[in-house]
Amino acid sequence: METSSHDILIIGGGGAGLRAAIEIAEQDPTIDVAMVSKVYPMRSHTVSAEGGAAGVAGKDDSLDEHCYDTVSGSDWLGDQDAIEYFVNEVPKELLRLEHWGCPWSREPDGRIAVRPFGGMKRMRTWFAADKTGFHLLHTLFQTSLKYRAIARYDETFVTRLLVEDGAVRGVVAIELRTGKIRVIQAKAVIIATGGCGRVFPFSTNANICTGDGMALAYRAGAPLKDMEMVQYHPTGLPFTGILITEAARAEGGWLLNKDGYRFLQDYDLGKPTPAPVFRSMELGPRDRVSQAIIGEFEKGRGFHGPYGDYVHLDLRHLGEHKIETRLPMVRELCLKYENLDPVKEPIRIRPVQHYMMGGVHTDINAATPLPGLFAAGEAACVSINGANRLGSNSLGEILVFGARAGRAAIEAARNGSPASETAVLAQGRDEERRLEENYLRKTGGTERIAKLREEMQQTMERGCGIYREHNSLVESAHKLDELRGRAAHLAIDDHTRTFNTQLTAALELGFMLDVADSIVHSALNREESRGAHQRRDFTKRDDQKYLAHSVAYKTAEGPPRIEYLPVVITRWPPGERVYGR
Amino acid sequence: MSDTIILEVARFNPERGGEPSYESFEVPLRPDWMVLDGLNHIKDQLDGSLTFRWSCRMGICGSCGMMINGVPTLTCESLLINYAPGPVRVGPLDHFPVVKDLVVDLDDFLAKLQKVRPWVVRKDDFKPPREFMQSPAQLEAFHQFSLCINCTLCYAACPVSGLDPNFLGPAAIALAHRYNLDSRDQGVEDRLDIVSQHEGIWDCTVVGECSVVCPKNVDPSLAIQQLKLTATKEWFKSFLLPRGKH
Repeated sequence: METSSHDILIIGGGGAGLRAAIEIAEQDPTIDVAMVSKVYPMRSHTVSAEGGAAGVAGKDDSLDEHCYDTVSGSDWLGDQDAIEYFVNEVPKELLRLEHWGCPWSREPDGRIAVRPFGGMKRMRTWFAADKTGFHLLHTLFQTSLKYRAIARYDETFVTRLLVEDGAVRGVVAIELRTGKIRVIQAKAVIIATGGCGRVFPFSTNANICTGDGMALAYRAGAPLKDMEMVQYHPTGLPFTGILITEAARAEGGWLLNKDGYRFLQDYDLGKPTPAPVFRSMELGPRDRVSQAIIGEFEKGRGFHGPYGDYVHLDLRHLGEHKIETRLPMVRELCLKYENLDPVKEPIRIRPVQHYMMGGVHTDINAATPLPGLFAAGEAACVSINGANRLGSNSLGEILVFGARAGRAAIEAARNGSPASETAVLAQGRDEERRLEENYLRKTGGTERIAKLREEMQQTMERGCGIYREHNSLVESAHKLDELRGRAAHLAIDDHTRTFNTQLTAALELGFMLDVADSIVHSALNREESRGAHQRRDFTKRDDQKYLAHSVAYKTAEGPPRIEYLPVVITRWPPGERVYGR
Repeated sequence: MSDTIILEVARFNPERGGEPSYESFEVPLRPDWMVLDGLNHIKDQLDGSLTFRWSCRMGICGSCGMMINGVPTLTCESLLINYAPGPVRVGPLDHFPVVKDLVVDLDDFLAKLQKVRPWVVRKDDFKPPREFMQSPAQLEAFHQFSLCINCTLCYAACPVSGLDPNFLGPAAIALAHRYNLDSRDQGVEDRLDIVSQHEGIWDCTVVGECSVVCPKNVDPSLAIQQLKLTATKEWFKSFLLPRGKH
């Protein structure tokens, strides 16, 4: 078995992981830092983010206002100390990206341009046309190449965290090209593996978003926090689930039902005006806008299509020039995937799973309860997003908390002692045996990976989608139990070592089934409606019982153990979420 | 029209040995399916050992470039129906070593990216307290070259890359040009030295196929020709002015 050792190991090469790596290399060049990623870093899902990154920039804006928007957007489930820290740090991080070459869009005088965004009371969203995530990721990746100290294991798939004496000591991973199983030791490990959208059938998320890091941490004993908080983006393309950015509405796009009516006015989101108004109508928060679209479907006021009901996102009144300069990717995606030109026709859209507010439980320092383990980005839950993330807060989050995780990991690595080599290697051999027996040498299985994956996705959508209730969640929980049983009998066609993507698909299915279970049980236990978590059987927010984070612990057998932690409230006591009035 | 289509897919597994060959699969021909959907149908339903890379399925991550009927293409944005009635031949990108089936070895490409120093170089170490001012026109000067998604279709299209694997190649050179043209950068001399070396810009024979196949409308061929011009000017300057004075 191949072994190697570093001070710090980062799992995931997207925005959070790269930012952590650069922070470590800049803060202390003597630290030996490595990054392991199942894809080349510039393929990571950060690349697909479109609209922008929020950070207070203008004189008419204030840090407190960004805090309040985020707190109220989170339906008061966000931790206010973490939100204040985030809001303070994010403008500095966005500026750092500017210095590193990010091609931010500009005002005529050369200053950074900002645009409005959903749930935000001021213009504060920095953007690079509508390819902000792409530019941010490539800027970070290219900048990381400057630091020779950052070692990389590209296309290497982590299967397990090594834990000894209650502390995380490294990982076991498969080098895809050769199929070799490696033990990579580290004094500190940062999980930056992104979200788990592929648990759902209809998601904006890339194929790689399978919750690997969440499941790795969960299996190692770290709890997952607020997993019931699943964000649906209002505007996905009906067949593919490809995201049409919220910036389309921020630039003035309208949502119309089949009668051509701006229906959001019927959902307590304000009155229609020709130009966009902050925190109103199409600039409402994602949870409320997605729920309103479902409301239209239920009233029979959506269109019927081959992939379910949809409504229209109309950009025609913006004109070709604005669409081409501010929303070029929207046009490109519509032309390629829907065969329509948004300059001439409205876009067919429906709500689509987009983001996990929940993730690996961390404190404000990005530290998990497991010594030596840190997490940042969508994989983590600090929480700044609470029950509903505001659009353009996640790109800032990966920078702020990626850097913070980097600094925290440096401390841990300096104070950490090397693990016992023999104990760690024994765990590595155990894992190698598991992979060999359960997958690589396994014959006679009958269950196709794709079939189980699809059944999992369908039960998640049916039981645990935008609206949930006790019975639907219990049904999903039972179905997931059944699927976990069947997943022990996978049909494996590929028994070779070289780049075995059937093996990784099987392992990803296992990760997703564990993560899905935590989502369903966290949703079942929260008997209230808050933000993105809407229960048909408990339709009101209940601050007496549930002004609290759920934390799910994996148990040896049976469902996760759910506990609750208080939300940190500092300056903004819980109140009504008011939009458009 | 038939409701299925034949995909002839390249197969190669170094553990099994032998020469690369093509295997035919019949997949549904649906009006909104991309070639990638056809490949996933094979992997999910017919043969789980078929191996290819893909991720975002929206033309931005750059993973799923392959040869479709001999043309370097992103499979996630190429409608299957455009190749009807078929058969459609799908192979690994030309000019790269094949790892398995449709997966090629990109390590050498990654090394080339790093070689051109694709980051903002500041000789003066200046860090403004706020943003560098950059007018929309200054942004426009380099913007198209910042849109490269590293899909490497241009390497598969470039005959020089085929003849000489050490050729720095279109995407890496375009990336060097992207930073050279950025008003915030001062690294142009370093990068000119790198791209002017043996197996750099002077190897390009201006075929222009790189720009034709680019799915993001980047024009690497233009980048290379502009760099040749800049390098020539610098070369003449080095004769006219004593070293270090310009």
